[in-house]
Amino acid sequence: MKILPRLFYQYRRIMKALQLFLLISGPGIIVMVADNDAGGITTYAATGAKYGYHLIWVIIILIPVCYYVQEMTVRLGAVTKRGHAEAIFSGFGPFWGWFSLIDLLIVNWLTMISEFIGMTSSLNIFGVPAYLTVICVCVLMGIMILNGTYWTWEKITLLFCAANLIYIPGAFMVHPSVSSIMHNGIVPNFPGGMTNDLMFFLMANIGTTIAPWMLFFQQSAVVDKPLHEKDIPMGRVDTMVGSLLTGITAVFILILTGTVLNGVNIDDAAQASLMLMKTNEYVGTFMAIGLFDAGLLGAVCISLASSWAFGEVFGWAHSLNYKIKEAPWFYANYFFSLVTAGMVVLIPNAPLVLITLFVQVIAVTLLPAALVFLVLLLNNKKTMGEYTNTLTQNIVNIGIVVIIIVISTFYGISTLFPDMFK
Amino acid sequence: MIRTFIRNNYAKVREINKRYAYPEIEMSGWVKFALLSLRLYLILLVCLLLYKFITLL
Repeated sequence: MKILPRLFYQYRRIMKALQLFLLISGPGIIVMVADNDAGGITTYAATGAKYGYHLIWVIIILIPVCYYVQEMTVRLGAVTKRGHAEAIFSGFGPFWGWFSLIDLLIVNWLTMISEFIGMTSSLNIFGVPAYLTVICVCVLMGIMILNGTYWTWEKITLLFCAANLIYIPGAFMVHPSVSSIMHNGIVPNFPGGMTNDLMFFLMANIGTTIAPWMLFFQQSAVVDKPLHEKDIPMGRVDTMVGSLLTGITAVFILILTGTVLNGVNIDDAAQASLMLMKTNEYVGTFMAIGLFDAGLLGAVCISLASSWAFGEVFGWAHSLNYKIKEAPWFYANYFFSLVTAGMVVLIPNAPLVLITLFVQVIAVTLLPAALVFLVLLLNNKKTMGEYTNTLTQNIVNIGIVVIIIVISTFYGISTLFPDMFK
Repeated sequence: MIRTFIRNNYAKVREINKRYAYPEIEMSGWVKFALLSLRLYLILLVCLLLYKFITLL
């Protein structure tokens, strides 16, 4: 007889937890899904096309890696109520503070150009001219942030995150072989041995996992939302769900291109869309829409990461909860980086490929510093109190940070000197 | 107008430098080692970038 009340109690408990999750979720899911930006989609599409299902296991391993790194920003933001830029200034002084801030500004701006390249090339497939794409994107991104609340912005952005899952039905539509995925993709293997090409693809996949802007974005978003210490457990769930979503999306991109374009060398995701269209028009269209959505999400998050960082350090009002009149510099910064990055794509004969490659090189100057600062700040008992890294967290996080630094550095150097590893 | 903008920002930068002049983090051996490693890493990267730039010319 007591079963019914118990079941009702469990049901109420689950519903309450779900409500709380829906209330708190956002920064983790957004940052993780936006990690699959235009550059990321290109990397995954090229990996699937080149190696089929063989490197799916790499993406699966990267899911917890993403989670462990980004979880630190949740704790740091919720406890200190400071964004990453401000935390570096106060923790390590002006030298490292200015270095991080200026480097972040440059990396973010260059990355935004690569997002615009992805967006314009994807819509170009449907005959939309580049200038129209840039104008529409700027207007859309303006509308998204000018409604005056963080909550509305977050929910609109989550809709775009949902659109990023378009690769999942796309992959099902090409009827991949499940047994082949299980046999070749899940078990770690190095197709064709450890060649230089494979090494480059491994580095590219790992290199795109954590970008500097992600650390700055999630910590600032946690502060802007705002999340408090009691919200940390749900913030962790949010980050975990986000890392699962980003991993699943990446796996399905690999499955999609691995099924249809196996053995083909592709240079960018737009080219993959065109090739997929020849096999199945809908799947190619999904790929192009996904690429546009990925670029848009990346551009939204990256421009906000810069604006938040500058606002924190310069003491400007820096919240999406403010109107333009209340936070003019915050919004000016956002639109300036957005519009200028968009305009670069429209310059005839602009060295866009060089810019895309340069992003990787500049990113490796900031990523190690941002990661090392993150771990050191999480070990500062004075500010973190009971949320200081435990020994286990330190072992896992330091291990991950060292591996990411080494691999992303090699990736950056191989971009600079393409023949070095050949 | 530009001069006022530069002057105001220069004053702001000085104010920021003053505000964060004393790092909050306790400079233990590990922290010093990590910061020194970072400096060396960045010097190495800058050297590589300069080398690439010179060889391109």
